[in-house]
Amino acid sequence: MKKPPEINTGSMADISFLLLTFFLLTSSINTDSGIFRKLPPPPDPNAKPADIKQRNIFTVLINKNDRLLVDNKPSDIRLLRQQAKDFISNPSNLETLPEKKFEDIPYLGNYPISKGVISIQNDRGTSYNTYIKVQNELTGAIDELRNALSMDKFNRKFKDLTDPNLIEAIQKAIPISISEAEPKDVGDQ
Amino acid sequence: MARFKNKKSGGVPQINTGSMSDIIFMFLFFFIVISTIRETTLIVKVKIPLASEVQKLEKKSLVCNIYAGLPNKKELAGSGTRLQLNDQYATSNDIGDFIATERQKLEEADRRKLTVSLKVDQDTKMGIVADIKQELRKYNALLINYTTRKTSQGNLFTGN
Repeated sequence: MKKPPEINTGSMADISFLLLTFFLLTSSINTDSGIFRKLPPPPDPNAKPADIKQRNIFTVLINKNDRLLVDNKPSDIRLLRQQAKDFISNPSNLETLPEKKFEDIPYLGNYPISKGVISIQNDRGTSYNTYIKVQNELTGAIDELRNALSMDKFNRKFKDLTDPNLIEAIQKAIPISISEAEPKDVGDQ
Repeated sequence: MARFKNKKSGGVPQINTGSMSDIIFMFLFFFIVISTIRETTLIVKVKIPLASEVQKLEKKSLVCNIYAGLPNKKELAGSGTRLQLNDQYATSNDIGDFIATERQKLEEADRRKLTVSLKVDQDTKMGIVADIKQELRKYNALLINYTTRKTSQGNLFTGN
């Protein structure tokens, strides 16, 4: 009997390699990313409202038309980051910007911690997109300040720090102090 | 001509590459299986907003998702924004039960670290997001993550 001719399978490996690389490139092993926040614990009915001086509060109001009112002046999302940075760091120790409290932080020494609090208030009709953009800019402002401090003290960017003690020190020096008021229902939903 | 002859006679024996394709196919199937796993099928339309300052979610087992957006089937769920918990439409009153069951699934020590990932459509109004957050506060699920897609800062303001 005559042997049937063998099929050449040499190129099979190449074909499956192609398929493999195609799937590797197109598929994403869903890595979620986002902006982290910690919500305040449920309100205690007996607690007195915290007494915060006017100079220590940076209010960001977002109305139902997604317009910003920052410190009682109309503003733009593009300016928000710089405004927030100026507010928190208060570089020239102005009377109108937040006070600082000197505290001993390990690895950093006596560091003036800003007492500034950023307060976001939005309407129920504000779009989620705008809200995220505002949160993004405020996170960015804090991040840039942390980076600057980290570069100054440890000669590395904040996110490149690996020692948990150093990370904690920076986080203590520049805390994420963003408070969110319950939304007002002014506009239509 | 003599050179060619030499090569042919004293060469290294050829390696059998027949099984190579099988190995690669195994890889291929592995990746296909891994990459298509998705916990839930979406029944609301969610277009995740863009942001530049994002962090990666570290431990996926500690994360539970709340989706909000316009429903896919308007006849069933109306035309307003709806929540999706697990596989069904829900209201903000169901969040308490949802958080409780998600907590049950975790180890005792990890329960405090439960992170709620809010996957909300970018055109949603903040009212419904505020309701979700109030419920989460009520049930003490305080770690949240607003899921966003990463983009560069320049893109954020030009494109919308």
